[in-house]
Amino acid sequence: MTWRIPILFCLLFAPLAACLGQSPVQVEPADLQGSRPLEQLTQSAVVRDYLQSWQELQAALDWNQPQLLNQDFVGIAQDRLANTIAGQVGLGIHTRFLNPIHRLQIVFYSPDGLSIQMVDHAEFDDQVLAGDKVLATQRVRTRYLVVLTPAAARWKVRIFQSASEQ
Amino acid sequence: MKSALPLLLAAFLMTAAPALTAQSGSLGLPQSIAAGSAFSIPTAGSGQAVLYIVGPAQALRRDVQLGEPVSFPAGVLFNAGHYLAILVAQGSSLDAGQFDVVPAGPPASLSFLAEPSRLPVELQGGVSGTAYVFDAWRNLIVAPLPVTFQLEQASGSPQTQTVTTRNGVAWTRMNSASKEGAATFVARADSAAATRVIQEVPGDPCNLTITAQPDGQQVRIETAPLRDCSGNPIPDGTIVTFTENYNGMQSTVDVPLRHDVARVDMPAFIGATISAASGVVAGNQIRWGGSR
Repeated sequence: MTWRIPILFCLLFAPLAACLGQSPVQVEPADLQGSRPLEQLTQSAVVRDYLQSWQELQAALDWNQPQLLNQDFVGIAQDRLANTIAGQVGLGIHTRFLNPIHRLQIVFYSPDGLSIQMVDHAEFDDQVLAGDKVLATQRVRTRYLVVLTPAAARWKVRIFQSASEQ
Repeated sequence: MKSALPLLLAAFLMTAAPALTAQSGSLGLPQSIAAGSAFSIPTAGSGQAVLYIVGPAQALRRDVQLGEPVSFPAGVLFNAGHYLAILVAQGSSLDAGQFDVVPAGPPASLSFLAEPSRLPVELQGGVSGTAYVFDAWRNLIVAPLPVTFQLEQASGSPQTQTVTTRNGVAWTRMNSASKEGAATFVARADSAAATRVIQEVPGDPCNLTITAQPDGQQVRIETAPLRDCSGNPIPDGTIVTFTENYNGMQSTVDVPLRHDVARVDMPAFIGATISAASGVVAGNQIRWGGSR
């Protein structure tokens, strides 16, 4: 019976995206500058897989579980995040990215179709904790440059690099 | 009782004041630092504290004597990204802020994708190259940089294009040469370079001509040496299909090319028509009867 109360509250009062655990997302038209035409289905798949990778990222950094990255990250991105998690474990901390908002734009699709670059103007609460104790929470606005490459059944994040909004 | 309250409050504040002072502290954070460079963060206050620097790309911890700068030697914080800096004393945060670690030039390596690895000669825009430019710490350099692409082929002068990176990536398309052979495709940014080899192979045959000679009960059909439209010999093994039509019946033979030529013996029916094709190219037709 008790599990019905939050669900009922969720359905009555919260936005649908929040109920489903999804972030507010805005996708802007691609700005490819002639590299390669982008099919709508490809764009949808890239956005879907990238948002999925964020959920993995959030869980991996919060629970300090690098294996959670395996499905959606490869190469430099996976190595760096795994090293960060190892560092967090050593320092006795973990990180939560809360209430993320994404504004996405695909800015490059390589002529060979083997890489897609996307800009994510992300905004979220970055919370660093030691055990259950919150050490700090900061609202972060940053611009992620993301390079995704195709794998067997999905696009995987190969480069994930941020810098402040200009 | 009411008059005693201010006195109690003042006594509490006097007792608590040293503890509050001991836990105060702040950070003087830079807005950004270059990846891998040495830097220091000034602190204010007194007492001991711990400084955490945490981002998705790296996590660090330093013990801090408040009032003194925290120094980081070169090569400690090297992954580009957005970081939180948190000053903690006795389990409580004294101050927190954000800063960026930005890629540090010059370019040190390229991730260079060249496609395809094998293609026909004389294909306009048939070769594509994409180069991502990284610094010595494998950070994508997002500031615009010139990247020079050069395709050096077996014949003719090299094709060269210089393209400025956008968000760390540059790309180009180039033409394959008129002569077959291995082509060297180089991408270069500053002193960083990457090389790929592309095999340029003959295209489809430009035309296909067959001749026929009597050979006992058979007729020997033979192609002229097959070349593409640039004069490159068509590779051995390329299939030529010979077809003979006679009295409503059709015979077909696939013959691999050997030393530029394909030949076959077929039944010599007077009035039969014989033709040949290879890929998308169809040859001439012969009506057998002693003359073409």
